[in-house]
Amino acid sequence: MTAWQRLVALLPFEWAQYAFMQHALLAVICSSLLFALLGALLVNQRMAFFSDAIGHSAFTGIALGVVLGLGDPLWAMATFAVLLAAAMTLLRRVTRASDDTVISIFMSFAVALGVVVLSRGGGFAKYSAYLIGDLLSVAPPDIARLAVLIVLTLAFYGALFNQTMFVSLNPSLAGSRRINVRLVELAFAVLVAVAVTVSIRLVGLLVVNALLVLPAATARNAAGNVARYVGTAVLVSLASGVAGLIASYFWATATGATIVLFAMACYLSSLLRRKP
Amino acid sequence: MDTLPVVKPACGGCCSKLERLSVSFGDHRVLEDVSLHFHCGELTALIGPNGAGKTTLLRAILGEVPHGGALHFLDRSKRRPDRPVIGYVPQKLEFDPTVPLSVLDLFAAALSRWPAWLGHHVFLRRRAEAVLERFEAAHLAGRALGRLSGGELQRVLLALAVTPVPDILLLDEPVSGVDQAGLELFYRMVSGLRRQHDLSILLVSHDLPEVMRYADRIVFINRRVLFDGPPEAAVDDQRMRQTFGLDRTFLERREAGDPARPACVAPHCPEDAP
Repeated sequence: MTAWQRLVALLPFEWAQYAFMQHALLAVICSSLLFALLGALLVNQRMAFFSDAIGHSAFTGIALGVVLGLGDPLWAMATFAVLLAAAMTLLRRVTRASDDTVISIFMSFAVALGVVVLSRGGGFAKYSAYLIGDLLSVAPPDIARLAVLIVLTLAFYGALFNQTMFVSLNPSLAGSRRINVRLVELAFAVLVAVAVTVSIRLVGLLVVNALLVLPAATARNAAGNVARYVGTAVLVSLASGVAGLIASYFWATATGATIVLFAMACYLSSLLRRKP
Repeated sequence: MDTLPVVKPACGGCCSKLERLSVSFGDHRVLEDVSLHFHCGELTALIGPNGAGKTTLLRAILGEVPHGGALHFLDRSKRRPDRPVIGYVPQKLEFDPTVPLSVLDLFAAALSRWPAWLGHHVFLRRRAEAVLERFEAAHLAGRALGRLSGGELQRVLLALAVTPVPDILLLDEPVSGVDQAGLELFYRMVSGLRRQHDLSILLVSHDLPEVMRYADRIVFINRRVLFDGPPEAAVDDQRMRQTFGLDRTFLERREAGDPARPACVAPHCPEDAP
């Protein structure tokens, strides 16, 4: 960490001299990489709404943490998110209702339950930090968690990328090639749930999904094969992440939301440049 | 295809059997008491009206829907694999045309453990290009799936379905949305596969006159099996004639269109091998 800080301090900028910005820069780079990699699979799997629901379920996770008397609700949030992700993935296969109906039902329930518990006695305001996040107060343990998630995601990319790609194209065709469709879907859903939960405190639950979806959606417009797709998503995510962090420093705005604006600019320009 | 002989040595040994297969969705019985044998080297056309359960039958064979009755497979070496190798070409591959997958990525997804986002192994590339070549699709290897025409996509999917050579090949209305030229090219290739690889091919179609030219056997289902026999018998069958307006001229087209019958077709499944 100190080596990283010394390295950033070499940059000829005023902001690069502050410890909180040095931490934030590393956190942005890690989270951008994580979001790009997960988002690339997420968008292919048409799971954008799914991860949105996971983000909103954080309310219930926090509420659980409060009810159980935990000082740090992170574990309660992660546990609840994983259970919800597993339930939604399995239920998608069982019910004949369309995906978005099932997800919408779960999301509304999770938000309502969380808000009911947290608003009891009028104390909801102290949880609003989770809505917009705070990247500038990131601490080394947060960065360590992001690093662990990147390693897990890279492991997933090494072991299950091809299968996931195939399932996202057509589950029947993938099943005929002996791919365990449910297992792949479940493993990915759990990974997304944990990553979203860990990131919420940094970027806020209102925009976490945009950070997952936008780089991949941009890359989809530009790429004709998966190598280029993943590469473009990572580049877009890193560029908008770093640009958004620096802009938020000068504009004194919420970092997560500022990053989204830059990612959105990338997405719009990819639409304009798109081949017919 | 480099790993497998072009012509399978023995034939007549392999066989897939459905015994009293039934499928229900809730209270709705979709398939009832379906008993069929599929022999290798034989192209069986499965026909029937919309909602007859044709696609459901394929999904039962694929193991996607729970079913009553039994499914047995006997491979070429007369073993009974629990999970046979199934080649499958879906009716119409529904996907977002902006999907960032090239044809090679698709082959990598099916055949390689090397993650496709790191690029493709030379070995995979050669193998895919060799198979695509046989289906007049070698030039499509680097193209994005969304930029293939209907006929090109079906040839790519057929190439994928026979890599590796399966025990049974399932084709679910594989030429819907393909133009006439593409359709004939596709059927010619399927017909050729049957002879070269001694495959059992199950082809779902609602267009009987078209498949008459290529099929060795016609199975007509509408919830249950209503007809099962060679095309010659189909034209003599009262119900088939009425339903499809068949007459003997279809047989003449057939013989003109497909002179070389498979060298050997197993007339019966070998009775229950241990």
